[in-house]
Amino acid sequence: MAEREILTEMLARVEGEGAMEVRVRDGQVEDVKLRIYEPPRFFEAFLRGRHFTEVPDITARICGICPVAYQMSSIAAMEDVCGVEAAEQVHALRRMLYCGEWVESHALHVFMLHAPDFLGYANAFEMARDHPEVVERALQLKKAGNALMRVIGGREIHPINPRVGGFYRAPTRAELAPVVEELERAREFAVEAVAFTASLPCPDFEEDFVFLALSEPDVYAIEGGRLVSSSGLDIAPSEYDEHVVEEHVEHSTALHSRLLDGTRYLVGPLARYALNRDRLSPVASEAADAAGLGPVCRNPFRSIVVRAVEILYALDEALRLLDAYEPPDPPAPEVIPRAGVGFGWTEAPRGMLWHRYAIDDEGTILDARIVPPTSQNQGRIEQSLYGFVQEHVQLADDELRLRCEQAVRSYDPCISCATHFLRLEIDRA
Amino acid sequence: MSARATLAVWKFSSCDGCQLSILDCEDELLALAGAIDIAYFTEAGIERVEGAYDLSIIEGSITTAEEAERIRDIRARSRRLVSIGACATAGGIQALRNFADVEDFMSVVYASPQYVSTLAESTPPSEHVAVDFELNGCPPDKGQLLEVISAYINERKPQIAAHSVCIECKRRGNVCVMVAHGTPCLGPVTHAGCGALCPSYHRGCYGCFGPMEQPNTASLAGWVARHGLPERDVVRLYRTFYAGAPAFRTESEARDG
Repeated sequence: MAEREILTEMLARVEGEGAMEVRVRDGQVEDVKLRIYEPPRFFEAFLRGRHFTEVPDITARICGICPVAYQMSSIAAMEDVCGVEAAEQVHALRRMLYCGEWVESHALHVFMLHAPDFLGYANAFEMARDHPEVVERALQLKKAGNALMRVIGGREIHPINPRVGGFYRAPTRAELAPVVEELERAREFAVEAVAFTASLPCPDFEEDFVFLALSEPDVYAIEGGRLVSSSGLDIAPSEYDEHVVEEHVEHSTALHSRLLDGTRYLVGPLARYALNRDRLSPVASEAADAAGLGPVCRNPFRSIVVRAVEILYALDEALRLLDAYEPPDPPAPEVIPRAGVGFGWTEAPRGMLWHRYAIDDEGTILDARIVPPTSQNQGRIEQSLYGFVQEHVQLADDELRLRCEQAVRSYDPCISCATHFLRLEIDRA
Repeated sequence: MSARATLAVWKFSSCDGCQLSILDCEDELLALAGAIDIAYFTEAGIERVEGAYDLSIIEGSITTAEEAERIRDIRARSRRLVSIGACATAGGIQALRNFADVEDFMSVVYASPQYVSTLAESTPPSEHVAVDFELNGCPPDKGQLLEVISAYINERKPQIAAHSVCIECKRRGNVCVMVAHGTPCLGPVTHAGCGALCPSYHRGCYGCFGPMEQPNTASLAGWVARHGLPERDVVRLYRTFYAGAPAFRTESEARDG
């Protein structure tokens, strides 16, 4: 019985610091651990004692890649506890800002982090030498998302404009006008991007996922909705706790989530697509059809195509909203704090992000809980890797390590969010 | 012809936003990668670990014993070392633990604190090693970031103005939110770099570029307190993303009864 151990110092092209450990004995996978070493920063602890109006600025700093997601989920929770219903124009502006973040974050993952895996490059810079037009257009896509975030949010990383109730200042139609042309051009690139991702050689590997995503009756859910699942769940934000449990496991500074019956589920692009596909816009839906995606995509490697479809959708949706945009007046109502507990969730680029806060009648935060998408997915990623390693256990260590890294990257884990260090260790005792 | 200078980008405790600022230089990124040899940048998938680097860029603060060890190793292998962002220049928002008991913090977040190891304080690299330059901002400005990289690659000092946000606000022609509306604003004591973003969106500056050179934090604290801001909120004002910067820390502690 040969004993082998493989160690990759740190998994690259993920947001954060994590490692993976695989133990194989007599050709059978015994254990798979996705280790998360990202040092804890204790947001839920230091939010206690802060004022409820500070929460969008503070929680944005959980993740530089999806700050808007944190801002929007925290704002939704604070508006819930204070009994504020944001104006329709405020919702439209938030959705536009969020579309910008989806485009920026997905373009980063699809082209800079994920695509090199399919084409055999170590990174996007190497890929750019042989495929300069792909990388240049990808950067233009990303730039368009950032431009939208900047004009609405003030800046793309840690926007300063969103607040509980709405925005500090509503951008004028004239301020937004210059981004329309940029987004239109980006939408053309995005159609090509879907075709490009669909053309990539993809491992044949399917998983029987239980999907969870927010869902709304008329639109592809982003900034709210009910949480539904492929197993029949249909709940409001205040019910989340009754259906999902979080646990602290030894090998991770991110908490694991599972359904009450023990099911490890998946959130993110694959889940949204499976549950809300019929609410994509026509242009996004046609591109998905042309890419051969079908009604559900169960291959985690093909998630790159789904992300490209979501880039296209987000650009298309932002353009629709821009066309109808009327600045909210006032940009935000005065929000009076009231004691209680509030819940909020939205679809971060990587999946559903749930916040719960208790505040007192002066608006001081008494308790905070935040459940990011990557910590929800962590258990499911481990489970998926289990099967993946078993299928490929005959491969040499180097090849197996590379395939496993690619498998992890296909889930776009954001370990900064879930807390971060990806290292691969294969133990074949 | 001399070889291209080597650049390394390192992450410590942080949100990844500062590294993303580099990848967000969409128009300059490929030119940057051509002009310099990016030797280490894990998030971008570049990992040539061995050897030394001409310029190391540090994101994040030091919050674990492993990180304290790692920053010393990186310093030893870097000709120039530049810290970017609030975490790497002042400990970041996670330096709020420095004002509390980290064991209490641990028990709020984790059911099994024995699985987690962390230091009692979040500190910037400059408290552990010599740092050649600190670029402020949460996140730093992309233009300033490119200026710092090109300055060190070209063996010159970075040209980064050290005046206050107030100056940028006047240049932009904004109406002063504090004088006109009584909105508390850290602009008078905050380092320039954002282009007076918050006042341009009708809100007060919240200090995410940290203290300017020689800020009069006490005068500003007195002014906002006299205009009705409760003492507790004055403390909060100085205690966010640059809570650990000496000027802001001193002021918040002086007012935290």
